[in-house]
Amino acid sequence: MPQIDPDAIRQGDRLNLSRALTAVENGTPEGQKLESALFPYSGHAHLIGMTGAPGTGKSTLVNQLVKLLRQTNDENPAPKIAIIAVDPTSPFTGGALLGDRIRMQALAGDKGVFIRSMASRGTLGGIAQNTAAFATILDSAGFDIILVETIGAGQAEVEISRLAHTVVVVDAPGLGDGIQAIKAGILEIADILVVNKADRPGADNTANTLQAMLEMGQNSQGKLFTLGKHLRDDLPGEAFYVPIEQPGWKTPILKTIASEGKGVEGLINAIQCHRSFLVTSCLWEQKETQRLRYALEALIKDKLVHRWQQNLDEDKFESVIADLIQRKISPIDAASELM
Amino acid sequence: MTQRKVRVLIAKPGLDGHDRGAKVIARALRDAGMEVIYTGLRQTPEMIAEAALQENVDVLGLSILSGAHNALVPAVMEKLLEYGLDDVRVFVGGIIPQKDIPRLLDKGVSAVYGPGTNTQIVVADIKDSLHPQSN
Ligand SMILES: Nc1nc2c(ncn2[C@@H]2O[C@H](COP(=O)(O)OP(=O)(O)OP(=O)(O)O)[C@@H](O)[C@H]2O)c(=O)[nH]1
Ligand SMILES: [Mg+2]
Repeated sequence: MPQIDPDAIRQGDRLNLSRALTAVENGTPEGQKLESALFPYSGHAHLIGMTGAPGTGKSTLVNQLVKLLRQTNDENPAPKIAIIAVDPTSPFTGGALLGDRIRMQALAGDKGVFIRSMASRGTLGGIAQNTAAFATILDSAGFDIILVETIGAGQAEVEISRLAHTVVVVDAPGLGDGIQAIKAGILEIADILVVNKADRPGADNTANTLQAMLEMGQNSQGKLFTLGKHLRDDLPGEAFYVPIEQPGWKTPILKTIASEGKGVEGLINAIQCHRSFLVTSCLWEQKETQRLRYALEALIKDKLVHRWQQNLDEDKFESVIADLIQRKISPIDAASELM
Repeated sequence: MTQRKVRVLIAKPGLDGHDRGAKVIARALRDAGMEVIYTGLRQTPEMIAEAALQENVDVLGLSILSGAHNALVPAVMEKLLEYGLDDVRVFVGGIIPQKDIPRLLDKGVSAVYGPGTNTQIVVADIKDSLHPQSN
């Protein structure tokens, strides 16, 4: 296996890129070296998450979205786009069937698009452990937009909201009444809500229910209150705080028919609006900080566990387990004993 | 949790619209712990090589029932070379007359499987060829 060249990746060599992704995915020493070498060149791409219950049309929508985004006009060169499509690993066999690509055939001939399927490999939360690292590598390779399609468990896929700048939640009529959506914590992570399959009966109902749910959460969520410091002329020398209401982001609800490419322009508009909103409100930077902090904490946890395992006295471990089973020691005390 | 997994692309070049065989083998390989990418019907050699490149697969399985294997397989092999993917192991499944098999092997195909081949044989062949020592 020839060595993977990070400079070639930055210059757009796709074979080196693809091999780097595998190295990163497998957590090999070479993969870690590549990630370190390329990290300084990342931080430019707009990371967009596409999430929602199975079969709502995420892949079909990604296909249409990217097809439209790639249409060049004279003022704007088309953005380079990478797609990371995550599907579940079978917990029983460790294997995976990665089928999102089937819906993305329209993008096949386009060299400005790179599609990579990724198995979750046992990680919960809708994306894989190394999806963030994939984004770093693709970002450094010059992709302007990175779309991540999550597994679509329909459960709170918090991991994607940590990773992506913009989260699009795709719903479809006939999947229950939206209470499910709120239970699953889906509304909290949505920057944009899409009701796909708008050709199906019940689409308006779904959209209305989601709208009502959003409004209920609005007072606590939909507005950002900032404390602004105001000096008042009539009270010289005295400073006090007045809450200033700043319009926050209002989650739009859009209807699409992905299979016919309808409503996709509106979705692109909403995504671009959200991006501008993040930049002008400084939330972009804040999200980056949060994401990197979270990633760092996770890595430190991993390393600590690893170090602990390496220094572990197996015999002591077994004897503490034995005490635990006989209820001579509580789990908490056992853990302290072994740390 | 990080580990190496065998990645396989199952592709259907050409115009026939039957992908039952392709799906059966895809499932069998998945059940054997591999990560299987399925691309759907009617793929051109270019699309197949492109997908193999992006997915960085170890193995490419071509399912061909149309009888056009003598044209399709060399075209795919050529594209793989062009993309620098000469280390991808290629197998062909489908209705391939005995007399055509040597020519396909000559083009760099590792194995040809006829209809009714036990999927476990394919699984074992792939594992042997990729990791003779482990896994
Ligand atoms: N009627 C209708 N069907 C659609 C629409 N969009 C997608 N579909 C169909 O819905 C099915 C699922 O679409 P996918 O794009 O694979 O959905 P997905 O959310 O990516 O599915 P998973 O990745 O398996 O969770 C396919 O058969 C699509 O053709 C739509 O707007 N209307
Ligand atoms: Mg999908």
